[in-house]
Amino acid sequence: MSQNTATEYEAVIGLEIHVQLSTNTKMFCGCQLQFGADPNTLTCPVCLGHPGTLPVPNEKAVRYAIATGLALGCSIAPRSMFHRKNYFYPDLPKGYQISQFDVPICSDGELAGVRIHRAHMEEDAAKNIHVGESGRIHGAGRTVVDYNRGGTPLVEIVTEPDIRSGAQAREWLQLLRATIKQLGVSDVNMEEGSLRCDANISIRPVGATELGTKTELKNMNSFRFIERGIDAEIARQTALVNAGEKVRQETLHFDPSTGSLTSLRSKEESHDYRYFPEPDLVPVAPPAELIEEIRASLPELPLEKADHFENGLGLSVDTARFLAFNAEIGAYYQEVLLEAGADVDAKRTADWVTGELVARIGADADPAESKVTPVALAQLVTMVGEKKVTNAGAKTVLDRLVESGGVPEQIVEAEGLAAMGDGDELAGIVDAALEANPKAVDDMKAGNMKAIGAVIGFVMKQTQGRADGGEVTRIVREKLGL
Amino acid sequence: MIERKDVEYVARLARLRLSEEEQERMARELGAVLGYIEHIEELDLSGVEPTSHVVDLVNSLRSDEVRESLPREAALANAPEVVDNGFAVPAAGS
Amino acid sequence: MSADLIALSAAQAAVALHAGEIDAAELFSAYADRVAGEQIGAYLWREEGNPLVERPADFRSTPLAGVPIAVKDLFCMEGVPSTAASKILEGYLPPYTATSIARLQAAGASVLGKTNMDEFAMGSSNENSGYKTVKNPWDETRVPGGSSGGSAAAVAAGLAPWATGTDTGGSIRQPASLCGLVGLKPTYGSVSRYGMIAFASSLDQAGPITRDVTDAALMLKYMQGKDERDSTSTGLPDEVELPSATDLNGKRFGVPSTIDWSGVQPGVKAVFDAAVERLTALGAEVVEITLPHAEHGLSAYYLIAPAEASANLARFDGVRFGLRSEGEGLTAMYENTRHDGFGAEVKRRIMLGTYALSSGYYDAYYGRAQLVRTKIADDFRAAFNKCDFVVTPTSPTVAFKVGERVEDPLAMYLSDLFTVPMSLAGIPAISVPAGLATPDGAAQAAPGDDGALPVGLQIAGPAHSENALLDAAFAFERATEHMPAPWER
Repeated sequence: MSQNTATEYEAVIGLEIHVQLSTNTKMFCGCQLQFGADPNTLTCPVCLGHPGTLPVPNEKAVRYAIATGLALGCSIAPRSMFHRKNYFYPDLPKGYQISQFDVPICSDGELAGVRIHRAHMEEDAAKNIHVGESGRIHGAGRTVVDYNRGGTPLVEIVTEPDIRSGAQAREWLQLLRATIKQLGVSDVNMEEGSLRCDANISIRPVGATELGTKTELKNMNSFRFIERGIDAEIARQTALVNAGEKVRQETLHFDPSTGSLTSLRSKEESHDYRYFPEPDLVPVAPPAELIEEIRASLPELPLEKADHFENGLGLSVDTARFLAFNAEIGAYYQEVLLEAGADVDAKRTADWVTGELVARIGADADPAESKVTPVALAQLVTMVGEKKVTNAGAKTVLDRLVESGGVPEQIVEAEGLAAMGDGDELAGIVDAALEANPKAVDDMKAGNMKAIGAVIGFVMKQTQGRADGGEVTRIVREKLGL
Repeated sequence: MIERKDVEYVARLARLRLSEEEQERMARELGAVLGYIEHIEELDLSGVEPTSHVVDLVNSLRSDEVRESLPREAALANAPEVVDNGFAVPAAGS
Repeated sequence: MSADLIALSAAQAAVALHAGEIDAAELFSAYADRVAGEQIGAYLWREEGNPLVERPADFRSTPLAGVPIAVKDLFCMEGVPSTAASKILEGYLPPYTATSIARLQAAGASVLGKTNMDEFAMGSSNENSGYKTVKNPWDETRVPGGSSGGSAAAVAAGLAPWATGTDTGGSIRQPASLCGLVGLKPTYGSVSRYGMIAFASSLDQAGPITRDVTDAALMLKYMQGKDERDSTSTGLPDEVELPSATDLNGKRFGVPSTIDWSGVQPGVKAVFDAAVERLTALGAEVVEITLPHAEHGLSAYYLIAPAEASANLARFDGVRFGLRSEGEGLTAMYENTRHDGFGAEVKRRIMLGTYALSSGYYDAYYGRAQLVRTKIADDFRAAFNKCDFVVTPTSPTVAFKVGERVEDPLAMYLSDLFTVPMSLAGIPAISVPAGLATPDGAAQAAPGDDGALPVGLQIAGPAHSENALLDAAFAFERATEHMPAPWER
């Protein structure tokens, strides 16, 4: 056998996504859900796990779970049950989490080529905050628990291992996030933890069908970290295997600041969760009419939206998908289109949003939270279309808008950025340009129109970009009789 | 029937500290009870559906309406240790 | 005067209060004074004030008009020590009140105190209380039964006109039987479990322990009802009626031919046989039925109940309430707290339940127990095609001696042999005093015989048959010679 035929590996990745539902109240009690409230002000005997208390499921959360399942193409179980998942941890007040086990409410779906194994309902854990040593008698540090978050309704979505790279994981998650956002069932805010993702990762020789030993990458809180974390783990596993070592089944944490992966110790050494049917709850059996009613009320979802952007508005595939999968940017774009009116060029508007604006505020930012209102951007795009401002001038206007907001027309006025028309002033500057570039004039006369660049450059410099390149060309041709 | 190592494992799962002597005793007593219980192995239960609820109810749900939470003092009133308005425990993960 | 007040049943007291014949505050004091001096360990907490004096308006124009009641310590009451007789809840003051108790209070019941019990309702003798054992007022060297032993002892000793109990596998019926009282376990779901400290959620039901059947109906009337805080609650479909039947004409009573009488004391068997004869004399038809899987009920019960309990008791972890024993690190804190806080029987059941659910054993134990449960429910369904009620002894024995079964958990578990199947099937069952037996259980005895101990008859009906069941029990009670309770002597 040839020595230099290194084995090629492919990654096999499955994702587990926890989505906090944006109901008014918790999954099993009437405590209000509110991010960032003072610790332990949103609790009651039920979500503190007091003796004798009982859970009563939130109807809205069940509805949201069904909507999520339907949007992911899942079947909805005619009768699903809650189970208890038993383990001890301070953030788990009852000593068990109410979750679903063998009959989840949603199963067997698919989103953009990635199969959904299941999506089930459960309750979130509370928040543990570690506090340092404080001279207390018992032990060193303490963990302080805030039960406000405890009991938040969650949908846990589990994919089949259909993903092959970090980049694919990121793109798919963006689509998932946009889909859920469009449904209106969650804020899907990764920083606040309303969308959390774990990845199961293994590698195998290309062409192999059986799965390698997988590791679990926990709780990555941005799309960028997910991509980097997964790629780092694939690289780690590949290096291990190439060095003749074995991948060990373990749970890992990715540190984005150092790019390193560290092994986490498990909560319950054995993972013997002793699931059994939750005797405090009866089955959830959504009537067929309810499922159909929810199905009928689903909004246009990102995949449909991408189709509309591409085939309805004529955007490129990439731009269409980018806008559809990045929920906030897509929504902003649609808003700008709406403000700009029917005559605006959808494609050019898309370029302004996905190119110029995103370049200035970053792809992770929500443009709606920038200082550039959709009305302002719509006005700017319209002005460009009407040649009231040149592309270069408009970019300067956008810089100002991003910095401090405002109205494009006023900025153009105040900074003298209005495009020069075909008036005498521009003709005079063209004359000066021709005079200053005799060689270019000769070249053009000799048939080399490329030489006009020098002339346009001169004019642009003189006018600080307010001149329209097309207009300058027209005047030059006229003056030289070309 | 039930071995000491099983007792140790189960006690660990249940977060129960048991002394050597308690483990011995537990193994003996649980062994006797399980010996009695195991008669259910003799029954033919093929095709039988499990019963986890005797009530014939489904969809016992509540509407998504906010109820008043406890004042924080009341929530913390029974806590063995309070730090920074939270329930304090020895550092988790250790 | 005080003795006259104590002589009134709860229903009689309510009538007398409404008629203005007696004073509610005096009635409360008459009992409170007795409770303050009690020596049998029936109470864990007593009300030291007099709510009828302090808040008379709360009781005016209520149906129960202030009739005092004792509450099993398994029920949470806001601001009142509620411990489930466990050290792990010593000093715990719940921030809320159990629905069933709140309903009784709203109906005008005034709470005398919280009664002792087996820790977390796990036991059949009350010897598992984390605080003190309870003595049977009929014979203080004997147990009152359990787990609602404090409630039963309190009523039998005239320390309360009536008391709430809870029943998971017989915890109302068996102590009622051993103390010569009426104890009703209603259909699962008819009384809200909210605020009842959970033992085994799919089995737990609250119900009355009373001097007579009428009081049982009266308490049930005000306890039952669907509760939005308990999603397994249904309430009873019909209003609870006070019983009035004087005969049993046309009623069919099924006696299981499958009972293994070898574990039943001859005196208990004799009382049972005499009771069945009385049913016939009242016009009932007695038919033979079979409950082929009932003998496996105990096995299924001792898997299902501990399994559920192992999860229900996980919340006692030293974090939010109750006892904490410090240790090096979190796990040690958990293990020390639970080691120090739970008694031996509770630990045993947690261990049994955890084992039955653990990886590799679920199907053989918990899973299989659920199948047996189905068969038992099917057995009853089939039986109720042939009869209106099923009758058995409530307990295989009379009250046993304190300490007699402590060292033998299995022998203790056998106390529940007759009561457990109804719990698994979720159907209502009542224990009614049927007669007396000699203290050794060898033979039937008569009222006035030295040391004679009570024996109960268990009558079970289909789900939601409470009104019919109470009527049948009432007719039987009327036909049974009165056995003076210890407080009457």
